[in-house]
Amino acid sequence: MQIKTQRDGETLAVLLTGELDHHSAAPLRVELDALLGDRTIRCLALDLCGVTFMDSSGLGVVLGRYKLMKERGGSVRIQGASRPVERILKMAGVYALLGQQDAERGKGHV
Amino acid sequence: MFDNEMHVSFLGVSQNESFARMVAAAFASQLNPTIEELTDIRTAVSEAVTNAIIHGYSGMRGMVGMDCAIEGRNFTVTIRDEGRGIPNVPLAMQPFYTSVPNLERSGMGFAVMEAFMDSVTVESEVGRGTTVIMKKEIAAVGCDE
Repeated sequence: MQIKTQRDGETLAVLLTGELDHHSAAPLRVELDALLGDRTIRCLALDLCGVTFMDSSGLGVVLGRYKLMKERGGSVRIQGASRPVERILKMAGVYALLGQQDAERGKGHV
Repeated sequence: MFDNEMHVSFLGVSQNESFARMVAAAFASQLNPTIEELTDIRTAVSEAVTNAIIHGYSGMRGMVGMDCAIEGRNFTVTIRDEGRGIPNVPLAMQPFYTSVPNLERSGMGFAVMEAFMDSVTVESEVGRGTTVIMKKEIAAVGCDE
């Protein structure tokens, strides 16, 4: 799993590329949390357009970051999920939890 | 008697999760599944193998067995570990339930398996291990499609 980031004001945009499973979730979590150590970040914008596979371990990463950002009064946004990835996110009610109407496709921030 | 079958076993480490789902999908490919059906199989296998590694062995060294079989249009995959076992299978299968909240698990593993496969059967004995049997019928696709 590769990550590419871009800071824009209080938003940290993160483009994820690769397969997001239990194996790749652990280093991704460490990397994201190191970036989110900067408490001036208020919005984490995850662009999943490069994620070719995701299972429930990926959900754990997203839900964990949501919890982290919520604790500081911030937010998480998701976009670019492919149909299979979107299906898993919807199963767990992630879009509703994040306050997003639905999956946002198309080009990301990064 | 199955039309075709294969058996593989691998060390229960996270590096082998992608190996397991790729092998299962490659074997199922002979039924000419759609991309979506293949993704369903890959995802369900990934969930079951991850469970074997995280919950079955939880850091212990152990082998995970995977059997795949084809009978007509039906694909069956069985994932087996000889780990700790699940004390309460119906509870473990409830969406959002996780026995390891500190590990940031979503608790959606079994729910994903059930959503993506036609049937999921879990046999488990504490101290002996867990076997997950998942079946999926692969729809026949016309030759001209």
